[in-house]
Amino acid sequence: MKYETQKVALPFFMVAMALFALQLIFGLLSATVYAWPDFMTSIMPFNIMRVSHTNLLIVWLLIGFMGCTYYLMPEEAEHEIASPTVAYLQLAIFAFAGAAALVGYQFGIHEGREFLEQPFWVKVLITISFLLFLFNTSATLAKGRKTAINMVLMLGLWLAAIFWLFAFYNPSNLAVDKLYWWWVVHLWVEGVWELIMASLLGYLVIKMTGVDREVIEKWLYVIVGLALFSGLLGTGHHYYWIGAPSYWQPIGDIFSTLEIAPFLTMVLFAFTMFWKGRRNHPNKAAMLWTLGCPTVAFFGAGVWGFMHTLHWVNYYSHGTQVTAAHGHLAFYGAYVMIILGVMTFAMPSLRRSQPYNQVMNMWGFWIMTSAMCFMTFTLTFGGVVQTHLQRVLGMNYMEVQDQLGLFYVMRLGAGVAVAIGAALLIYAFFGPRRLQVPDSGTQMTAAGPESA
Amino acid sequence: MAEGLTRSAARNIFYGGSLFFFLLFTALTVHSHWYMVNDSTDSAGLTESVKHGKEVWEENMCINCHTILGEGAYFAPELSNVWERYGGHESPEAARSGIEAWIRAQPLDIPGRRQMPAYDLSDEEMQSLIDFFEWTDGINAQDWPPHSAG
Repeated sequence: MKYETQKVALPFFMVAMALFALQLIFGLLSATVYAWPDFMTSIMPFNIMRVSHTNLLIVWLLIGFMGCTYYLMPEEAEHEIASPTVAYLQLAIFAFAGAAALVGYQFGIHEGREFLEQPFWVKVLITISFLLFLFNTSATLAKGRKTAINMVLMLGLWLAAIFWLFAFYNPSNLAVDKLYWWWVVHLWVEGVWELIMASLLGYLVIKMTGVDREVIEKWLYVIVGLALFSGLLGTGHHYYWIGAPSYWQPIGDIFSTLEIAPFLTMVLFAFTMFWKGRRNHPNKAAMLWTLGCPTVAFFGAGVWGFMHTLHWVNYYSHGTQVTAAHGHLAFYGAYVMIILGVMTFAMPSLRRSQPYNQVMNMWGFWIMTSAMCFMTFTLTFGGVVQTHLQRVLGMNYMEVQDQLGLFYVMRLGAGVAVAIGAALLIYAFFGPRRLQVPDSGTQMTAAGPESA
Repeated sequence: MAEGLTRSAARNIFYGGSLFFFLLFTALTVHSHWYMVNDSTDSAGLTESVKHGKEVWEENMCINCHTILGEGAYFAPELSNVWERYGGHESPEAARSGIEAWIRAQPLDIPGRRQMPAYDLSDEEMQSLIDFFEWTDGINAQDWPPHSAG
């Protein structure tokens, strides 16, 4: 750790992982209800489990992004964080707001719009915390070196905050409500969050491969350019069936097809740099996440997204388990994995324990990632069956659901495996220090002339 | 990576192109808003009761089990066309009492079946909610969903 204030990231990572664990618990509960509908019916209705599951995801990813930013900003800007006190304060506000929302949901306190369920005052606290974060990190950037990495990262974070303001607008016309609801939901995950993801990936690749910054930053601009060129008008694929004009159908078809491009480019980028890299970085687990993240994101966000964004396909598959399949792998690949990758990279220096327990971390990677893939396959098969029975043959919803029981049981099994993988990973991060590294000569060694 | 592309050229393409697409997206959104208010939804029929019905929908967080216009949780049936499913176009009164009876009958307590919780809605809230369903059914959603099953 070159800069003392990088340690600000550690509490962010701890809170993020605690919330991640909670997210998985609520996910497991919901998956159990799908498999055994009588489960916990008198204690907690399904909608409470579901709102907890999705909101925890959003909150922990945001806290994770903040932690990653605090970790890399001093190195990129070559300047200490402007105010560590403000960082701890805004974390406390954010964590309190998130926890208050979560507790409130259990008692039915919410605003009842999907993903934007937080009560008004929680939304205000989140906004305040986010602004404190942005001013703190922007001030650091302003005083220091401006690289493509930290400029694109800050642009992504600022735009995320600006689009969040649409969460405060709730028109009573449902169609208009949906129109602007996507200005938060889509423009975040298929727009500006991709800027955050790409810049974090660029940072990891620079650090781990030792490839020249000039080359990596050029790639970064190409990737984020493709992300926004396709992603902004790609919003059209959400405007097919909400009462918007029909021109969104050709626009949505074309631009959401292009949305694969940034993810494909990220895969090419990460692997090209890995092969070009001359440095044999000791943190092989971090390299695994750095290559795994764009790969899974390409399949989850790119391929699985594309499978049902053409409007004549989406007409049948919209709002079925196909959407759930895509959502799970896309979030995991693009955003969960990038944050876990930065944490895997940063944790040894944050804990001053280098090298560290990498083998368990890598087990966590493989178990979680393969279980998420399995979950996606089962939900996809279930979704295809559902689409055919319900949307083509016109069978009644609950009758169709009765046909999908096997898929839901398998999804629950996959969920249990994800939780086991996550437990190993959390133990690898925060458990007792162990100096354990994989044997050299594994396929994760970037073989260059200098490598021993 | 094209040899001719420099980092600053890539940066300028990113900023310029993104701004262009953002402005285009904003313009199309403004037009879509205008279209929704004037063409695809029944603005005149957006009564106080329908507005209140949307609030009832939100207060009870129906979206985290059901979908509406295909969005929400995938745990319970689609409701943007529940009015059509209950035959609201042919006999509005029967649909109205059918939907009310269904909600009032919850939970069904059928073993092995997903349970909808009991909601203690007042008569006024119930009628507003059903007005909201009826209004939503009238949105011109490009003929979606494909079947009345939702």
